[in-house]
Amino acid sequence: MNLALTDDQELLAKTAADFVAEHSPVARMRKLRDTKDPLGFSRELWREMAGLGWVGIPFPEWAGGAGLGFAELAVVLEALGRNLAPEPFLSSVLLGGQAVLLGGSEPQQKAVLPDLCSGSRLLALAFQEESSRYDVHRVATRATLQGGGWRIVGRKIQVLDAQVADEIVVAARTEGAAGDATGITLFLLRAGAPGLHRVPQHRIDSRNAAIVQLEGVEATRADVLGEVGQGGALLEKVVDRATLGLCAETLGLMSEAFDRTLFYLKTRVQFGVPIGSFQALKHRAARCFIEIELSRSATLAAARALDEGSDEAQKLVSVAKARCSDAAILVSNEALQMHGGIGMTDEHDIGFYLKRARVAELSFGDAAWHRDRYARLEGF
Amino acid sequence: MADLETFRTEVHAWLLAHAPQSLVGSMLSNDEGTWGGRKAVYPNPDAKRWLEIMAERGWTAPAWPREYGGGGLSADEAKLLQQEMAKLRIPPPLVGFGLTMIGPTLLQYGTEKQKREHLPAICRGEIRWCQGYSEPDAGSDLASLKTRAVLDGDHLVVTGEKVWTSYADKCDWIFALVRTDPKGKKQEGITFLLIDMASPGVSVKPVLLISGASPFCETYFDGVRVPVENVVTKLNAGWTVAKALLGHERSMIADVFGGGGPRKAKGSALAALARKHLGAGEPLPDPVLRDQIAQAEMDTKCFSLTVQRSSDGMKSGHKPGAETSMFKYYATELNERRYELMVRIAGPQGLGWEGEGFEPDELGLTRAWLRSRGNSIEGGTSEIQLNVIAKRVLGLPD
Repeated sequence: MNLALTDDQELLAKTAADFVAEHSPVARMRKLRDTKDPLGFSRELWREMAGLGWVGIPFPEWAGGAGLGFAELAVVLEALGRNLAPEPFLSSVLLGGQAVLLGGSEPQQKAVLPDLCSGSRLLALAFQEESSRYDVHRVATRATLQGGGWRIVGRKIQVLDAQVADEIVVAARTEGAAGDATGITLFLLRAGAPGLHRVPQHRIDSRNAAIVQLEGVEATRADVLGEVGQGGALLEKVVDRATLGLCAETLGLMSEAFDRTLFYLKTRVQFGVPIGSFQALKHRAARCFIEIELSRSATLAAARALDEGSDEAQKLVSVAKARCSDAAILVSNEALQMHGGIGMTDEHDIGFYLKRARVAELSFGDAAWHRDRYARLEGF
Repeated sequence: MADLETFRTEVHAWLLAHAPQSLVGSMLSNDEGTWGGRKAVYPNPDAKRWLEIMAERGWTAPAWPREYGGGGLSADEAKLLQQEMAKLRIPPPLVGFGLTMIGPTLLQYGTEKQKREHLPAICRGEIRWCQGYSEPDAGSDLASLKTRAVLDGDHLVVTGEKVWTSYADKCDWIFALVRTDPKGKKQEGITFLLIDMASPGVSVKPVLLISGASPFCETYFDGVRVPVENVVTKLNAGWTVAKALLGHERSMIADVFGGGGPRKAKGSALAALARKHLGAGEPLPDPVLRDQIAQAEMDTKCFSLTVQRSSDGMKSGHKPGAETSMFKYYATELNERRYELMVRIAGPQGLGWEGEGFEPDELGLTRAWLRSRGNSIEGGTSEIQLNVIAKRVLGLPD
């Protein structure tokens, strides 16, 4: 495993950083929030990102994808994270898209992936429930056999971009009890399927999320992703990939929050001197720097491990998520504190970073959850 | 790359053919080794033979130029040699501050005569060096040092006291910072001087630490006459050399604690210790300790990945990145945290000083924990490291 970016990856990182700086200042995200934009992102920008090849990065070339890996996707997501761009990478490319890529039959992939890569179709993955917390196997939603198919009843929460998705992958239990690793089946459902209701939720980061209410939604064998009853393992793989993506985004947001804070420390004058000359703040800033460097190494290593199909991938994803979660909370808390009173105002952008950092921390397992998983994988 | 792979094969074969049989597979941790010097003590006769074999080949300092006793290898080749030795668990033939601190500094700043006099002797393990930096009133504020050196003809006459001189009682030469100009800015009156410890007027007293060991000494200079030609660069220009050497020291410390050496066993060493003291079972019966163990192991992983990212970056031609400035700080803080956790895992069995009721492993652990408390102090305290990061990397104002 080589932890230096290749020349191509360096170039992609630079292109992405330039594009995001030009087309997606934080002011754009603020406006989407203030106007309560029903879409929550920009379709035009999404198509442009698809045109640049970013949406298709982890998908095969036959589907219009780039056939690249998570290291490439990570550098793009880091750039987007810097300016809190709300485009639906996590939901469509990582959660829904990876479920179809890893679990979908050839006809399912052909029906979905080309449109996804071109930016004209959006996906979501409904797996989280009120009592599931971070355990993807804690699925209470039931799919009961009926005729040749199933009837799905349940309630999913905080489904990212559900209200804009064309299709929603739903995890439902065809056997066993909540918590069992087996007995879970993934269904690829049309968002407009009868009995599927979406209720928008409002979270601190102003990103799209919705409750997906399943009131007797009918599904056939053709809607099943992967094997019946084997969706638990698939779900774990998919969420691992999304977790890596979220780490990369988090790395971007903490880097930017820190850069903005450094600028403030150098320019804000109190007692006749820049506040960055105070040792109490210097040492705390240096610790933030260290945490960001560690987060960068862990995220890149996890991306490489996923790309290489390494046995260590799960462990490294947990190392990265635990580190990025803790680091983002530290850095965004310090960023706000060092900005002083102005940081507490809605007018200032630094609060957006604090909010998104908290969402990132409490998505796909917090640091303690990933330490527990790491210990389990290491056998202690 | 094909050349490097060929080199790897050759090195592997050479090591197996030349390393004493008793040493292959013998290395358990990365702090073992032979320190050399006139008072050298070898852990066994094969260690002495191994030093001679490797010195002959130039591989005690593989990346130094051949003309000074080194191996003339590229950085990649030298790293590969280290990797192959680690794989075979062969201990390094020679360790010490000659190789890691004064050698690299002389290569950069020494005169031709100084290089020819000192570097080959370091490579052959004939001369052991110690460091004369800190003084009773000059710790973190190193530049306020007071040991005086007064010019007298073609000699400097040195008077003063150095503290924390590691292993001075076992060393032959000392590289020291001395004040040659008491006026003006304190950094500008310092000279970097090489002193033969056999000179009249040098005396050494070991310092007992909280761990019960005495790796450090106080070193006294009482009118010691040192030839002016032993000055590195120029009079009053020693601060630049001193800082360059500190850079070598910090990377050496980070290397020692950075998990660069071979791992003793697969899996978590902390978890293995916990099984011994808390009983078998999975998950470990104490959920709080288990979480702390996971945290320490994951932090260790993050750090070693960062060291790797840095060296992979340099291999692809990048300059050392900003991340290198954190190595000394993080490596030592992490090492301290791991030892604290180990003592906590050992519980009451971690409280022994000596004698009955404690196993040798337990006593060793406790002493190692006490010794580790110095890691965040020696070689520049953690606070100084954070200052350096704030100033040089983050550009925060004074």
